[in-house]
This record gives sequence, C-alpha cells and structure tokens, in this order.
Amino acid sequence: MITRRQLIKTGMLGSVALFAAGVLLTPESEMAELSHASHVFLQAQDALIIHQLAPVMLGMAALPLPAIVQGVDLAICQLLPAVQQELRQLFDILGNRWGRRWLAGMPRPWAQASHDEIAAFLQQWQHSRLLLLRSGFQALHALINAAWFGNPASWGALGYQQPPQVMRVLP
Amino acid sequence: MKPMNLPDPIAEGVAGGWRVLDGAAQTQDLQLRCDVLIIGTGAGGGMTAEVLAKAGLDVLMVEEGALRSSRDFRLLEAKAYPELYQEAASRKTADKAINILQGRTVGGGTTVNWTSAFRTPPDTLAWWAERYGLHGLSPQAMAPWFDMAEARLGIADWLADPNPNNSVLEQGCQVLGLKHGRIRRNVRGCWNLGYCGMGCATNAKQSMLITTIPGALQHKAALLSRARVDRLLVADDNKSLQGAEGSLLAADGHGLSGRRFHIRARHVVLAAGAIGSPAILLRSRLGGEHVGKRTFLHPVVISGAIMPQRIEAFNGAPQTVYSDHFMHTQALDGPLGYKLEVPPVHPLLMGVTLSGFGPGTAAMMQQLPHLQVILALLRDGFHPDSQGGQVRLRVDGSPELDYPLNDVLWDGVRRSWLTMAELQFAAGARQVQILHEEAGLQSSWKAAREHILQLALKPLLARVVSAHVMGGMAMSSRPEEGEVDEYGRHWQLPNLSVIDGSVFPTSIGANPQLSIYAFALRAAHQLADVLQRS
Repeated sequence: MITRRQLIKTGMLGSVALFAAGVLLTPESEMAELSHASHVFLQAQDALIIHQLAPVMLGMAALPLPAIVQGVDLAICQLLPAVQQELRQLFDILGNRWGRRWLAGMPRPWAQASHDEIAAFLQQWQHSRLLLLRSGFQALHALINAAWFGNPASWGALGYQQPPQVMRVLP
Repeated sequence: MKPMNLPDPIAEGVAGGWRVLDGAAQTQDLQLRCDVLIIGTGAGGGMTAEVLAKAGLDVLMVEEGALRSSRDFRLLEAKAYPELYQEAASRKTADKAINILQGRTVGGGTTVNWTSAFRTPPDTLAWWAERYGLHGLSPQAMAPWFDMAEARLGIADWLADPNPNNSVLEQGCQVLGLKHGRIRRNVRGCWNLGYCGMGCATNAKQSMLITTIPGALQHKAALLSRARVDRLLVADDNKSLQGAEGSLLAADGHGLSGRRFHIRARHVVLAAGAIGSPAILLRSRLGGEHVGKRTFLHPVVISGAIMPQRIEAFNGAPQTVYSDHFMHTQALDGPLGYKLEVPPVHPLLMGVTLSGFGPGTAAMMQQLPHLQVILALLRDGFHPDSQGGQVRLRVDGSPELDYPLNDVLWDGVRRSWLTMAELQFAAGARQVQILHEEAGLQSSWKAAREHILQLALKPLLARVVSAHVMGGMAMSSRPEEGEVDEYGRHWQLPNLSVIDGSVFPTSIGANPQLSIYAFALRAAHQLADVLQRS
C-alpha cells in the first residue's frame, strides 16, 4: 500500500518533473501535427495517448502515427454504441490525471511519457490481476494493431501482398 | 491486353429487376406483406428462402447487414471486417475473453466463412437422439438432406494440394500417428486464393449469397437489407404472430436512418443466428425459459510456429486438412474433445490476435511468411459442466453473450496447447509460441511442454476465439425441454419457426455450415408442405 506521505512526496516530485518536462521537452511539432487532425470519436487527448502508445505497442520506430491514430478513430466508429461507450470510459480514465497516475501508474502526462514508462504501463495492464485492466490492455492492443496492420503501408515489412493475378481483374 | 474483369452475378440480377430493397435508401417508412418473413439470410435463412420461394410462396428476406457482392470484395481486411462482420469482427463475450467472428451481410456467415464442409458427426446426432429424444435426426434420416445440400452447393473433395500451412498439420499428424483427413469444400471453380474470409471476389464459394438467395429472388422472393428487426408482433388472438417491425439502418450500416418498417406475414422464420435469433425473441418478450441459454462457441485456442520453410498462410485454400483424433480419445461427455484445423493468416487479424506487445511481437509479425498457425476447436455442450453461455440484452436492446470460461474448458485448453506444440515441432518447427500473454517462443518440444504446464489458465491471458455460434433455442422432443421441435417449429407460437444454428442442443463438433444447411432443408421442406396445404 502506498502511504499518504509517499503519495504526497511522489506527487510533488511528479509536479517538479512535469514542470521541467513541460518547459524543456514538449515537442511542439508533435502537438501541432495532432491538433490539425480531426477525428470523429477520439478527442485531442485520446489521440495523443494513441500517438504515444502505438510505437511501444507495435515495437517499431518510424511509424506513420497520424495514420494510425486515424485508423483507430475509424475502427472505433464501426463498433456498437455500447462498446464505444466503454472505450469512452477507458480513454477518460487514461486521460484523467488521477486515472493516469494511479490506475495506469504513469507519473507524467502522456505527452512526456518515456518509452520505458509506457512499456511498464502496458505490461502492468497486460498482466493485471484485475480483469478490467487486462481488458483495457486488450482493447488498446486490438485497436492499434488493427489500425497499423490493416494499413497496406505495413505490409512491405511483413512480406505480405495481395495476389496480383486477382487484383488485376477486380472490377 | 487488359484481362476481362470478374463478373458480378448479384449486381446483374439487381439490374435485371430482382425485388431488392436497401433499407438505407428508403425515404419513407415501409409497410410490407408476405406469406413468409425470413429474418436473416445466412445458412439457415438462405436455404429456407429458396425452398419456400420455389414452392410458390411469397417470401420476404430481411437482413441487418448490407447487400454486398463480388465487386465489393477487394481482398482487404480493413474493408471486409467492418462491412461483412458483426461488430467489425470484434464481437466479444461479456467479459471480453472470447472474440467472435460472425457474419453480418447478405449471406451471413456463408459469405465470409472458410468453406469447410463437414456432415454433422454421427456421434453428435446419436447423442441428440439419446439425450434429447431427437430421433428424427439420426445419421440415416439426415443422409438425404446432406446429399441435397452437397449437391446444391458443390460440396466435394478438394483435389488440389493443401497449402503449406495445412501441410504442416498433415505432416505433424503423420509423424505423431494422429488420425487426420482432408476437408471437403463448397466451391465451384475455386482459384485457390485464401481470401474466403473477406468475401469471394471470384464467386467460386457457393455461399448463400450466390446460390440460394439468387435462387429465391428468381422465384419472386424479395430482399430487404440494412433493416434490423426490433421485435416480433403478436396477433390479436395472443397465440400467434402477425409479423415483425424494426428500424431501417443508415448508409454506414450502423446508425438508424430514422425510417421504420412493418411487415405482416402468415409465417415467420427466425434465422438471425445463435446470438441474433434469441435476442429478437428476448426483445419481443416471447419464448420460454430456454431462450438464449446453452449457447455454444467451439472455443478456439491457438498455437503459432516459425517454420524454416516459407508457409505464406495467407495464400491458398484456407482449410483443407483436419484432425479429429482428439475428438475420440475420451467419452463424448468426458473431458472436452477438440478438432485441429488451421486458419488463413492475414496481417490485420494476426496482429490483433497475437498475444504480447513490443519488439517480440514485431519480430513475429516480420516473419509472417514463415508463420504456421494451428487452431484447436473445443467441443462444448456435452460434458455436464460444459453448459455454454447465455445471450442477454444490454440496456439499449443489443445482444451480448455471457460465456464464462470454467475448469472443464481450461482443462481442454491446456491439453490442446500441448498437442498443437508437439505437432508443430514434429513437423519441423524452429520455434513455437502459444497465444497467451505469458507465453514466449519455445525452441524445443521439451521446453514448450514445461512452459505450457506453467501457463495460467485465465481469461484475457489465454487467447480464446470463436467462429461458430450455436444453440440458445434448442430443439427438444417435449415442449418443456426446449424451445422448438425437430423441424424448428416453436412449441408455443404455431406460425414461428427457428431455422438456424441456434436450434442445436449442443455444439456440433465440426464446422457447422453443412449441419445448418441440412437441418434447414429438412425444416423448410416440411414448412413448405404445411403452408401450401393451408
């Protein structure tokens, strides 16, 4: 159990780190890039979370992140309203300061989260004793993987292509 | 010279004057009448429609999904899953532990299935006779209906060599001395492509979409697509149905257009599948205590292998080899038996299905051409502790299947993991990985065995999927023991029949399409006789 004293201490440390990171490390181009995109389901904060999680989830650098965020948005729009509501709750928890810190174990805002911190979060939820957190990991896993591997841009690296003898004669 | 484009017989039929209505295109509410309203156009509804229309009855088919045909099938997962599957191929059980692949388009699951055709196993039919009194469905009694379905859909031996993904299963069985066989398929002039799950672009697959539904439409049946039945309507006598009403869907296939439909019918056939059909009865507040209970899935667990040779499991007929060895190593109602098959492996579905995250899974995906995958389908519904799941309604009326994973199931999961890993190493695998969040790549059968014995048996750690939803409106020989009789006639509502996979009192123990076709032909011929006389 975390004591009240530890809580205050880490909270304060977190604030200091947040301040420093906020001043020194926020990549302005990234925020600008995201703010231009308009999504149907994803709010700016959700889009940022996907943007930060995707490279760690997929284990790859140099990904077309705006396209992946767009793909996640599109995938969610095709789900039942009841399932969309659950995803809304998931993103609201992750986007909320307290949810992020105490449920996701993420000490800093997503924009400043390091690769290792994100990996630790994903791993914690992947193996959590709570079914709900495991299902949260699975939802993020499915959305991000679907958005990337459903995109033909991912296929070259996999050695995958559609059969050319058919693609030629499609109406 | 540019080659000729592939034809689209459905588009040609529509242009030629078939009675086809798109719910999304309607600018007014619809009031329709027919002899027989068929709700759902999959294996059950499609077969029934053709039989009744040819008998001269005025048939109206209503389908929640859209009418898509070969010109829409682009061999593209990101397009096919949202357009052709329930919940964009991500339908899940209530605790999210099982992902369910289920069709949602004209032709239902038959438009997107992998063309595996098995007759209902004789031991399943014998069990139904012994346990549920369904003596009319013996293997001998069913034989002519299987013959008829096979003739209608070109179901025959597949003569081409299995693709390498299937060959690994065959070789592993040979090395270990496991009984195995080749799978018959419902295709005519198949190009051996491997994209059956995205809709057949060459119209080789003999789905309901290109066989019985056109057959019905040519006999003056009508089809209303993108239309969701909200409820069945009870007649004034309070003892029978007068039809159904529902909502027309918007062009996106999900939202409501704001228009409604109302259909009056002499007889109603429920054929919306084992989640959809119980849901309609529940929304209508009709039916007995059995509605939605004992719903089965053939829960599937998965093992991946990195092979030294190229496998390209995305190319070639997806399922051509199977093994029923472990269906017969214990009593039918003993520890769960399992069937071994392989899936087609395409990037989106594989990416979503692989367990783990980060560089490990990235490395696995980058070896996609060398990836061989085996499935074990667990036969649920026979063991006394295997009671399946229950369909219930969410607050908004949409259906949800609660399917708890229990000890008897987990026992089968672990045994089938062991079998699959041993088989893959026997066939020459370099490395094997069980799809489980705690599993790593193993380099020998010995290491894999020890590893598998340690894996936690917990939902959302073990990957469990399903493509076969069955049960929930079981046939019975007595009214108090089920929902319908052995012709799918509802015990309480005389002008309601249920003709789809939901009538099965247990799982089938094999890919269910041919079981549904044969049952539907039998039920539909009986129904046609009755309706023609009245």
